[in-house]
Amino acid sequence: MLRIENLEKRYQTGDHAIKNVTLEVPKGEVMALIGPSGAGKSTLIRCVNRLVEPTSGKIFLGDLELAHLNSSQLRRARTRMGMIFQEYALVERLSVMENVLSGRLGYVGFWRSFFRKFPQPDIDEAFNLLERVGLDHMADKRADELSGGQRQRVGICRALIQNPDLLLVDEPTASLDPKTSRQIMRLICELCEERQLAAIINIHDVLLAQMFARRIVGLQLGSIVYDGPPENLNAEVLTQIYGEEDWEATIENVKEEGEELDTAALLNIAKVHPPS
Amino acid sequence: MSQGAIRRWKRPPFIQNPTLRWGLWVGAAIYLAFAFGTMEVNWDRVAEGVTRGQRFLAAFFPPDFVSRWDSIQDGILESLWMTITSTVIGIILSVPVGLGAARNLAYRPVYLFCRGILAVSRTFPEIILAIFFVKLFGFGPFAGFLALSVGTIGFYGKLLAEDIEDMDPVQAEAIKSVGAGWLQWLNYSVQPQVMPRMIGLGIYRLDINFRESAVVGIVGGGGIGATLLTSFDRYEFDSAAAILLVIIGIVMVLEYTSGYIRRWVQ
Repeated sequence: MLRIENLEKRYQTGDHAIKNVTLEVPKGEVMALIGPSGAGKSTLIRCVNRLVEPTSGKIFLGDLELAHLNSSQLRRARTRMGMIFQEYALVERLSVMENVLSGRLGYVGFWRSFFRKFPQPDIDEAFNLLERVGLDHMADKRADELSGGQRQRVGICRALIQNPDLLLVDEPTASLDPKTSRQIMRLICELCEERQLAAIINIHDVLLAQMFARRIVGLQLGSIVYDGPPENLNAEVLTQIYGEEDWEATIENVKEEGEELDTAALLNIAKVHPPS
Repeated sequence: MSQGAIRRWKRPPFIQNPTLRWGLWVGAAIYLAFAFGTMEVNWDRVAEGVTRGQRFLAAFFPPDFVSRWDSIQDGILESLWMTITSTVIGIILSVPVGLGAARNLAYRPVYLFCRGILAVSRTFPEIILAIFFVKLFGFGPFAGFLALSVGTIGFYGKLLAEDIEDMDPVQAEAIKSVGAGWLQWLNYSVQPQVMPRMIGLGIYRLDINFRESAVVGIVGGGGIGATLLTSFDRYEFDSAAAILLVIIGIVMVLEYTSGYIRRWVQ
């Protein structure tokens, strides 16, 4: 679904953020991108939807080459890529519903969006998504009244209502507590599974990445240094990505928590969708 | 561990160079000494002025609302007309200028052009603009209306541009990432962020324009200022006092309302 070929990004300041990255993410695959701060994770996903202009290289979304689109073609291409942000990036003074519906802006004309007269199917879908994440009763609340976890769920709805082929997820759990982080990661992964979306999830938390993604890519100083399943992330690989550190505890933890989590997950799903 | 040695700490001075630091203090002291030393105060004239002021104030009392009430009423209505029209037109015209003058929105040439407009309209106080427009279009409230409109563009455009430059870029990025058009992007990410402050500033500007409308009248721009000037020219200080009281009353009402509305929109 997404294919990146020889991507390079050099900032005007001279920072060489992305070095010759080639990567493919097939339909339905959730890929976690790990690496230390400053490794270029954010830059990489922002190059895909061109919030950051790549210096050279090719990016294909299906058959469409993204790096050379003009601005109206780019707008249309962006509707196919949903993005979820680190600090949620909801428009705080708009209501939850307006935030979700803003995901449809690429599909509706200016005056319709100006008067908030979205087509009924969009509104239906917005309510469905909000119901799916358990926030339909909050539709008319202002976004800044919500808690962190709730905001991120609204952010997920905004990305999904675009009906995207690809999800770009930038540190979705960076400002959330451990439990909420897991709920959010689980939600994202479930939704990708249901809708067969390709996803790139930037995440600095190795544990979470290993728990939820079936493929891990390690980025270090703008280059890919690891690409494989989570089981093969050993101390040696982690040292290569992050530098020298005692990694045994991290690796051990994942194995134990993996089992614990399955029960926790079941309990949680039961809580969100009580058996009727 | 080195033991025994006490490590002292003092806040580092703002200006590192001690000569420059003390030089600035001494220089400032010398200038102030000369400045106050050469100020000429003629205490006899001050004493005369005080008694004249007392007579002046005495002439204000009792304020006479009645004998010139018709012209006071006309003046007030004209001032309010001038205030409202110039605020509305000024704000409408300042929106495109303000958008163009925000560095994070506009291309460099547009930015410089719009900043230029703002700089020019802010250079001249309303009274100078009023003198200019009275020369162009003759006496009357139209000149006052133009002066206040131009003043509003400078004030409102600059503050709008600055508010846009201070907005949260991530919210703007998020709306851009869904494939929104430029106008949709403005409407969904910029406008919600700047709107509450802009409503507050709009009402504040209404308040300023009313006060300024009294001033532009003095140079021929119409409104209550013209009425006030006439009453001074005729030595009708009791009517002048009445006009001043009406102005004070309206300003207080506007101030109270604007404070209330600004709290409400936050």
